[in-house]
Amino acid sequence: MALIRVQEAPFDLAAESAALTAGRDDVGGLASFVGLCRADDGLAALVLEHYPGMTERALAEIAAQAEARWPLTGCTVIHRHGRILPGQPIVLVLTASRHRTAALEACAFLIDWLKTGAPFWKHEEFADGTTRWVAARSSDDAAAAKWG
Amino acid sequence: MQVLYFAWVRQRIGLGAERVDPPAEVADVAGLMQWLAGRSPGHASAFAEAGQIRCAVNQAFCGPEHPVRAGDEVAFFPPVTGG
Repeated sequence: MALIRVQEAPFDLAAESAALTAGRDDVGGLASFVGLCRADDGLAALVLEHYPGMTERALAEIAAQAEARWPLTGCTVIHRHGRILPGQPIVLVLTASRHRTAALEACAFLIDWLKTGAPFWKHEEFADGTTRWVAARSSDDAAAAKWG
Repeated sequence: MQVLYFAWVRQRIGLGAERVDPPAEVADVAGLMQWLAGRSPGHASAFAEAGQIRCAVNQAFCGPEHPVRAGDEVAFFPPVTGG
């Protein structure tokens, strides 16, 4: 069972990594991905909206798919919502396995599916006071679809 | 039936959630969208871009042909942009 959290607060990569491998000696590889807020086009802040209840459910389903597909010893997905400033972390994916290939592939799979399969919406606020909703990109759909 | 709106769909409609009681002939998501569009100018403006709106019934993504019935939680939103 993967650890799934949807929260406003920042997360601690080192603490989450340690928790995933604590007390085990069968983990040969731990892959991690941290998605950060980029300051493109004068972005001042990103506000992430989500669908409470469905978000946790969708993330758990995506993680369960990864666990069915790769022999993972552990999996953590933490996705933030609310107001996030440039440079701050948005999402954390950790996958642990006996071998590196499973950990790395499962991590890439989860990142690709998070973009298209979890009910989050990004609203951008710019330094000049304008705002806009981030549009979904077809390249993200293609990245998720390549996993079949 | 509980209907939820997110992102620009919520902004245009001016509501995050509302309880509605559509007539019996509203049997699927497409029919519900059409019926909701008649509730206010904000609804009409949001649902005018039907091709840009995605849906979930009872917290599972679905298409416009998915049936809806009394007691369902139905959500409308733009394509998701998480990660």
